[in-house]
Amino acid sequence: MKVLVAVKRVIDYNVKVRVKADGTGVETANVKMSMNPFDEIAVEEALRLREGGKASEVIAASIGIEKCQETIRTALAMGADRGILVKTENDLEPLAVAKALKALVEREEPGLVIVGKQAIDGDNSQTGQMLAALLGWAQGTYAYRLEIDGNSLKLTREIDGGLETVLLKMPVVITTDLRLNEPRFASLPNIMKAKKKPIDVVTPEELGVDVTPRVETIKVSEPPKRDAGVRVQSVAELVEKLKNEAKVIG
Amino acid sequence: MTVLVLAEHNNAALAPATLNTITAAGKLSDDVHVLVAGSGCKPVADALSKVKGVSKVRVSDDSRYEHPLAEPLAALLVNLAGDYSHLLASATKFGKNVLPRAAALLDVSPISEIIEVESDDTFVRFIYAGSAIATVKSKDTIKVITVRATAFDPAAIEGGSATVEDVPAADDPGLSSFVGQDLTKSERPELTSARIVISGGRGMQSGDNFKLLEGIADKLNAAIGASRAAVDAGFVPNDYQVGQTGKVVAPDLYLAVGISGAIQHLAGMKDSKVIVAINKDEEAPIFQVADYGLVADLFKALPELEEELNKIL
Repeated sequence: MKVLVAVKRVIDYNVKVRVKADGTGVETANVKMSMNPFDEIAVEEALRLREGGKASEVIAASIGIEKCQETIRTALAMGADRGILVKTENDLEPLAVAKALKALVEREEPGLVIVGKQAIDGDNSQTGQMLAALLGWAQGTYAYRLEIDGNSLKLTREIDGGLETVLLKMPVVITTDLRLNEPRFASLPNIMKAKKKPIDVVTPEELGVDVTPRVETIKVSEPPKRDAGVRVQSVAELVEKLKNEAKVIG
Repeated sequence: MTVLVLAEHNNAALAPATLNTITAAGKLSDDVHVLVAGSGCKPVADALSKVKGVSKVRVSDDSRYEHPLAEPLAALLVNLAGDYSHLLASATKFGKNVLPRAAALLDVSPISEIIEVESDDTFVRFIYAGSAIATVKSKDTIKVITVRATAFDPAAIEGGSATVEDVPAADDPGLSSFVGQDLTKSERPELTSARIVISGGRGMQSGDNFKLLEGIADKLNAAIGASRAAVDAGFVPNDYQVGQTGKVVAPDLYLAVGISGAIQHLAGMKDSKVIVAINKDEEAPIFQVADYGLVADLFKALPELEEELNKIL
C-alpha cells in the first residue's frame, strides 16, 4: 500500500508574524519558512507504517511555488521515497488544495492519505476533511493513535471532552493531531540521500483542477494590543485587587 | 435568507457552544433553524425549541446519528442545504470535523472559526494563531461557516417558541462506526464555558502538583486548563490544553500559573476579561498580557492564594 502525505511550506512556528503595512497579508520576505509542524507528524506516521510493514512507499506532495520543493526535500530527508510538487503561483484555499490532492490520489492510488490537522498559517483545519469528501472516503481527523487491520483502520481521535475511537473503512484520509507521534530529525546522510530522490512537478492545469478562489481576503490587520497591567507584590494584594478593583471574585 | 445551525449534543443535552453559534446566526438572519441529528435526542430538540432566536428545530432521530460521525452527518446536511443561505456550526472539534466535509460535497469553500459577522458574505477571523486578523468575503452561493464560541454571547435558553419538525435520515455512506470513548471526568465547569479558568504550565513540574490548582479551582468554581508544554510533558490529559491547537477560552478571570506565555498559548486565552500571571521569571512574555502579574515561586504562592481565598469566600 502506498501512503500519500501532504506537506505545506509555512512561516516557521518560532517566527513572530508581522502584518504588512498595506494590509494585504503578512510579511514573508526574508522570513524563515519550514514544514507545517502537523505535516511533520504526518510524514513520521507514514514512515512508521512503512517501517512496520503496513506501507510499501511514502510519497510526499506539496502544492505551491517552486520553493515548496525544499519542504518536499525535508520529507524526503526524513525518509519519504519520492515527491510531487503541484506548482502554482497562486495561494490556494483548502478546497482547491483538496481538489489537487484528489487528482494526485487518482494518479497514484494510495490506500491512505495523511495530512496535518491544520496549517499554522491559515489555521483552517479543512483540507483533510474536504479531500475525504471529494474522494468519498472515510475521514479520521485529529488522530491520536491509529492501527490498520486489513480493510479497516481503528482510530483513536482527540475530541473536546477526551478521546473517541472509531472504526473506518479503508481507504482513509487521516489528519494528525499533536500527540500522534514525535517526528524524527533528518540525519546528515539522509539529507544527502534525499537530494537524489525524485520530485515530479505538475501544474493544476495538467491535473485538470479548477483553483479559482471562492474566498476573497479583503484585508489583514493587526489584532488589538492588550496592554500589560500592573505588578502586584504579594498574594494578598492580588486577591484584594481581584475582589475590589477587577471585581471578578468574592 | 434562512440560516441552519448544526447542533452539537450528546442526545441528552446541548453543548453550550451551540448557543453562541445561534447568536452568530441571528446576526445573519431572523430566520434561524437548528438541526438536531441524534438518536433519542428529543430532550435536545425540546430544549432548543425554547431558545431565543430559533424559529424552527429540525430533528432527524435515527440510530445512525447516535454518535457524531462526520460521514453520515455531512450527508444529511447536504440533503438539507438547498433550503439555506448559510450553514453554521461551532468551531469545536465536532463542527470542524463535520462542516468542511459537507462544504466539499457542496463544492463550497468554508470559512473557519469566525469571530465577527460583517455582512451576509463578509466575516472576520484570526490567522497565524491570532497574530493577524483577516476580513474575508465568500463568493459561494451557500456559505459554510464555523463559529468561535467565545466571540459571541450565548443565546438565552428561555423565551423562544420554535416549531419542531422531523426530517428523514440521509443515506448512510457506511464508511465509519463508533467504537468507544474515554471522556475526562470532572465535577468542575467545562473549560470553554467556565467563568473562571486556572491553568498550569511547565512550571508545575508534575501532574501531581496540579493538585495545588484543584483547591483553588474548587474555591472559585473554576475549570482547570494547561499549556501545551504541560500536556506534552504528560502532566494532564490533552483535553486540558488551552491554545491555538487546543481550546480557546475567554473567561471573566484567567489565572496562568507557571506558564511562560508562548504565542500559541496566548492565542487561546488573550480574550479573557482579566488575566493574572504567576511566574517566577519576571521576563516571561505572559506578563505582557497580564492585568495583574505576580513574580513569585508558584509552590509558595498557590498555598497562600488558597488561604487568602478561604478568608473571603
